[in-house]
This record gives sequence, C-alpha cells and structure tokens, in this order.
Amino acid sequence: MELERHEYDVVVVGAGGAGLRAAIEAHERGARTAVVCKSLLGKAHTVMAEGGIAAAMANLYPEDNWRVHFRDTMRGGKMLNHWRMAQLHAQEAPDRVRELEDWGALFDRTPDGLISQRDFGGHRYARLAHVGDRTGLELIRTLQQRTVALGIDVYMECTVTRLLTDENGVTGAFGYWRESGRFVAWSAPSVVLATGGIGKSYKVTSNSWEYTGDGHSLALQAGATLVNMEFVQFHPTGMVWPPSVRGILVTESVRGDGGILKNSAGNRFMFDYIPDFFRKETAETEDEADRWYEDKKNNRRPPELLPRDEVARAINSEVKAGRGTPHGGVFLDIASRRTPEYIRKRLPSMYHQFKELAEVDITAEAMEVGPTCHYVMGGVEVDPDSEAARVPGLFAAGEVAGGMHGSNRLGGNSLSDLLVFGRRAGLAAAEHAAGHPDRAPLPDDALADAARAALAPFEREGGENPYTVQHDLQQTMHDLVGIIRTEAEMEQALARIAALKERVANLSVEGHRQYNPGWHLALDLPHMLLVSECIAKAALERQESRGGHTRDDFPGPVPEWGKTNLICSRAPDGSVALTRQPLPEMPADLAEVFEEVPA
Amino acid sequence: MSYDGTFRVWRGDAGGGDLQTFTVEVNEGEVVLDIVHRLQATQAGDLAVRWNCKAGKCGSCSAEINGRPRLMCMTRMGTFAEDETVTVTPLRTFPVIRDLVTDVSYNYEKAAQIPAFTPRAREADGSHRMQQVDVERSQEFRKCIECFLCQDTCHVIRDHEENKAVFAGPRFLIRLAELDMHPLDDVDRRSVAQDEFGLGYCNITKCCSEVCPEGIHLTDNGIIPLKERVVDRRYDPLTWLGSKIRRRRAED
Repeated sequence: MELERHEYDVVVVGAGGAGLRAAIEAHERGARTAVVCKSLLGKAHTVMAEGGIAAAMANLYPEDNWRVHFRDTMRGGKMLNHWRMAQLHAQEAPDRVRELEDWGALFDRTPDGLISQRDFGGHRYARLAHVGDRTGLELIRTLQQRTVALGIDVYMECTVTRLLTDENGVTGAFGYWRESGRFVAWSAPSVVLATGGIGKSYKVTSNSWEYTGDGHSLALQAGATLVNMEFVQFHPTGMVWPPSVRGILVTESVRGDGGILKNSAGNRFMFDYIPDFFRKETAETEDEADRWYEDKKNNRRPPELLPRDEVARAINSEVKAGRGTPHGGVFLDIASRRTPEYIRKRLPSMYHQFKELAEVDITAEAMEVGPTCHYVMGGVEVDPDSEAARVPGLFAAGEVAGGMHGSNRLGGNSLSDLLVFGRRAGLAAAEHAAGHPDRAPLPDDALADAARAALAPFEREGGENPYTVQHDLQQTMHDLVGIIRTEAEMEQALARIAALKERVANLSVEGHRQYNPGWHLALDLPHMLLVSECIAKAALERQESRGGHTRDDFPGPVPEWGKTNLICSRAPDGSVALTRQPLPEMPADLAEVFEEVPA
Repeated sequence: MSYDGTFRVWRGDAGGGDLQTFTVEVNEGEVVLDIVHRLQATQAGDLAVRWNCKAGKCGSCSAEINGRPRLMCMTRMGTFAEDETVTVTPLRTFPVIRDLVTDVSYNYEKAAQIPAFTPRAREADGSHRMQQVDVERSQEFRKCIECFLCQDTCHVIRDHEENKAVFAGPRFLIRLAELDMHPLDDVDRRSVAQDEFGLGYCNITKCCSEVCPEGIHLTDNGIIPLKERVVDRRYDPLTWLGSKIRRRRAED
C-alpha cells in the first residue's frame, strides 16, 4: 500500500481556535507538533464566531471578576457544568485574551484605550472582548499567523479517518489528502482532538460542512467516552428567509447592543417567558430593561438577554402559537432602537449579510429570525486540568470536549473555551509525549484495514448516493431530535438511524479519489450517524428538561438528574452504551458563590 | 418561483478540461453555491468545489462567475435573468487541481515569508493601551477573509506566472500595510515590501479593491500609503533619522 508516513510528538486534529492554540502551546513546550485540518488554514468554523470572547477583564465594570463569570457560566448551564472546568475557564480567560494582543490581534477599544467589552446573554456585566461582529475572524487569523510564524507543520485539506491505538494508548492517526485521495499516517504518542461540533447532522444549522462530529466519533471508537450528548444548543436567532440561507447565524450582539424580539402582534414577548430561575436578575418592565444598557447597577437585564436555551424555546413557542412572521420566525428589531450609524459600526457583518442575502436593510427594518442548530455542549469526557480523555495520549479541547458548558453554553464562552482549554490540552499533550520517548510502531494490519475501509465506497456499484442519505439524516434529526423532544419521536429517530446505517454501508460513489466531495461525504456519514445515535439515546434516557434538552413529556428539571451525567461509550459489540455517572461535587468555597446575592 | 436554469461549469484537472452544460432547478433567494450543491447532489456527485461557511465569512468558495471573480455563496441567482446562462470557472491565476478547486499554495508561501508581528512591551499594568482611531486603520485590513479574489484579478500575476516569485499580490501588500500601521508593531517592513514583496510592481489600477467582498480599500488605504512610506524612507534622510530617534525613545 502506498502510504505517506510522518513522526511527531503531538498531532493536533483541527485548526480552529482550540486546535491552533493547542499546537502553539505544544510547540512552545518543545514538542514536534503537526496540525491536520480538513479545510485550508484559516477557514475553520471559528471564523464564523461573531460576538466576542467572554473574559472577566473588568475593563468597563470594575465589579466584574472570575467568580461572577464562573457563577454566570454555571447558572447558564443549569449547574450541570463540570465546576472545575468552569472555574479554570473563568480564571484564565483574561490572560488568554491579553496574549492574543501580543500576537497581533486588534480588538475594539474603550475610551481609556483598553480592550472594549460588550453585553451578551446570561453575562452579568459587559464582558465580551470583540472586533465589531467579526471576532472569530480576528481570533483565527491571529492564531493562524502565530502558527505560521512559529513554523508549525500544517497538513491542510487532510482528513483523519481513524485514531491508531495499542494497549498502552494512542500511537497515531490515519487519514487522506483531500486533493489527491492518497493516504497518510502520523505516528505520535499524543493526539489532540479539536474537531468542533456536530451541526451538519441537522437540517437547519449555523454550522459549516466540517461539523460532522468526526472527533466525537473517532474518540468513541478509540475507547474514549462522551458526556451529556443530549445537550444541543439551538441558537435563538438564525436567518429564516430566503430558504437557502435558513440557519445562518444572526449574532447575539444584536440583542447585546439593544435589539429586541417582537412577535407578529408587535409584542415584546420575552417578558412572558422569564423562568423563576432567572426572575430575580431579569427586568420586569420594558422601561427597566431599556435603562439597563446605560445603568446596570440599578436595573436588571432585559429578558432578550436570557441564556440561549430560554430564548430559543420562547421563539419556538411564539411561532407554534401562530404569532410568527410570514416566514415562520419572529422579528428582531434594532432599527427602531439605535441609529443607522451605530448599527453599521457595531454590526457591520450583520448589515452586510442581510443586505446581500435577504435584501433587508437592518438599519431600517426588522430582521426575521428563528432557532438554528448551533453548538453541542456534549463531547469527549476529559480531565478538567489536562483535557485528557480516558485513552492515554488522547486529548480533546473546544467544542468536541464536553463538561465545560453543562446543559447550555453562554454566548462568548466558546471562544474563551477554545483558548483556555486549547492551551491546556497542548501543554498536557507535550508533557505526555515527553514522558513517552519510545514510540510504538504503527501496525501494518491496522493501516491496511483503515485504507480498505476508506476505499470501500468505490468498490460498491449501483448503491445509493451519499447526498441522499445525508439529507435524510438531517431531516430525521430536525424532525425528531430537535428543540422539543418526546419519547416516541426519539424512538422513531433511533429506528431511522439504524436504517440509515445500513444504507451507508451500501452506498457507492462516482468518480475517482482526486478531490471528490461525494467520496469525502461517504466517509463523513458514519461519524454523523454514530454521533446522532449518541444524541438520540442520551436524549431518550434523560427524562427531564434542562438547558439544551427539552422534553415535552418531562417539562421540568428533576433534581436527581441535576446531579447526573450521561456517559456514552462503545460497547464490545460496537453499539453505543449509556451509563449514569454522578456529577463531581463542587468544593464549599466555590459553592458559596451561589449563595451570594447577585451584585 | 422555481425555474430551470442553464449552468456551465468547468470540469477537469491539471491535464485539461472543458465547460459542461447542466440544466438545473433554481429557487427563490438561492445563490450560485446552492446550485453547485444541487448539481453535486443530483447530477455530478464528484464535482469538486471548496466551501465552508456559506455566509461570506470564510472566503473559501471563490470562483469566476461569468468571468468575474466572486464568492459563490454571496452571488445571488436573482442577479441573473432566468434565461441567462451562468458560467462558473475556477480562479485563473492559480493552477487547477480539479473542477472549481485551485492550488492556492502561492498565497500560503507568501504569508509565511512576511516578517512576523513584533510587539512593543506591555505597559506596567500588563495591558496595551491603544485608541480606537489608531487601531481602525489596521482593522480595515484585518477584515480580509483570504478569499484571494484580489490575487486572482491582479494583472501582475493573473497571466504572468513569472511575476509570482517577485510579487506577493494585493492580499499580502495590505498585510504589510496592516503591520506597518499596527500601533504595537516595532518592525520596519518598508524595505522588504519593496525589495522582496514587489510593492513597485503595483501600478494602482485598483482592480483588487473592486472585487473585494469585504469592501476593503486595498489600494487607497493600504498600498498607496505604503508606497508613500517607502518613498519617505528611501529619499528623505530626515524621515529616516526621525524613525530611528522615535524608535530609540520607545525602547527607553
């Protein structure tokens, strides 16, 4: 078999914020490091993040500190977050933002010349370091340029299809070049997964084609575990019209900067959806909400800035009750609340996006928005300090890792997550490699098997086309495992996923190995199906509603479930096994934070 | 609302290829990339195309649409008449890999040659203080999504392969301008801009600014000011001396 081989200390899979930050750290710790990514460098999904990086830098509100950020994060996740991850995240995010400036990032400034911070849902204070509404681009470009400056090897347009392991843990990875279809193997004692999320299994999503859950699936197949896969975030505001742009993200910054949600009757409906859990910290009247933007001491947050799960459910309910817009969304209005100059200055990408794609001028008229699949809170179960998975030598950071965000992620906490835990994963991966100087050879039979599996779709003739199967999976997850879930629908989903698995095993692709998207999709589909199965199984098991998991048949949170994580693992027969595991207990000095009256 | 449109798509590889004609459904509000995806799903499963965000933010789906460098995800079908044939071809400035995918490694090689950002020290409290007005000049260039449409349209390299060795193209000239205007950066890149990245080859026809999907004023705000600064450095000894003195102060 023709096979290109390489040796490294650390191989990072994925070149978004977490992957690049991990690679930079591993390199700086002396590890020979490679980054492998499916797209060109600089195109990863991080580029689409808009609002900002949450970090308690206290540049605008001296009252802000890591404890407040920790509290907001845990409450936003309905207390299911791993407390230690939430703690590390809140403590380290400010330093991670500051070092980006040393690498060339140019954030918007406060009048004092410091990094400006903006309001976002669920955050007590204006906390998001940002660049207009294109913060993700700034983040990825800064890390990309740093990676290039350090001379780290990057394998672009290269897809990992398998992790290689032996009885002692990770030994490397196997993949193919998209351009040529040729195979490549990396021998390495440490592999960091930073592959992002799973949104492409859903029909309406803000995610790019890369979000096929491949990292989740690779980890599971290698013997690692996934935690709380039932929690999928539907961002409340995606575009709804025209159909071809349905799902494209409309940043939460629109609401952070003063935008409000209205139904077809013109009512600011979010006041009708304030849950008891957040009532004490949410404005009661429109006047109070409007005063909050200028005076946070004496007023409470507008209900439009409740955590995303609350807002998405509210929009869903309004549309179901017949109070939606002509295209099945609600109105997001900033035009009547801020000047055109302010809107164009603060939200240039949104202005451009609506003008170009929907012929809507957001400085003059309201946008139509509705929920879109945006983020998976569930992911690889990791040690909070090192991001190590249960397989020695395997690490995971960013969206592919679980635990940090509990049942619902706050806006802005993703970019900071990438930086904090990307760095920690890179550090731990480099240390692990240094402790394993003897490298296990990659066994020929495993490599040959990986190659055979990758080429199988070419061997079969007359089978189904992979695009049809993908479409059917997306429709299934959209219809049956979406925002609102029921037992009967999820059982139906699992039956359909089982049928789809058989179809995937029999599909065939046309053409040859050189840059063939049909073949690439055929190899992505098994990952998408495995992850979809994990989501549906865990969602069926968790008989309560919490964060990004809403059961019509179990409408409220259940205290016992509030102390329980659901763990997916691979059973000996290859199926997905589900076990319950107690939530780690928070130490008393941190638990005190929740006794404090919100400042 | 739907109609059957006529699409011509270049298909082939480094060895050659030709335009293939397809009749394909077009629906209200769709963009060219939607049509390419429909072709993949229904008529040409192996049609090679790059794309990621489908929202004009990542700069992956660059191509030439009816001869004009455009992002496929931001080109609405509504801008063409229903009976108009839409022709999609790969970027001409770069070698074809397959179908609409080109080898853009030239850009990554140029990026790696640019002297890295080198910041001044942080202030005593650990922060960097900069005024909004001062960061905005570089921020304009940092909006760049690296779609390389400016590189594609630039006549210095579009049909002159031989110039690629000595000319970095508009994307990297504005990268140099961005670093030159960066309030924290301490490196003087004026000489390399001229000597290694071919600033002098640009004769400011502004074609790059016209195709930029981000509306960056590459020529007016980036390349021309950079040319002026190079001239200052080369021909004005006082400016040269001043730059030395200023730098010495900053290090104090």
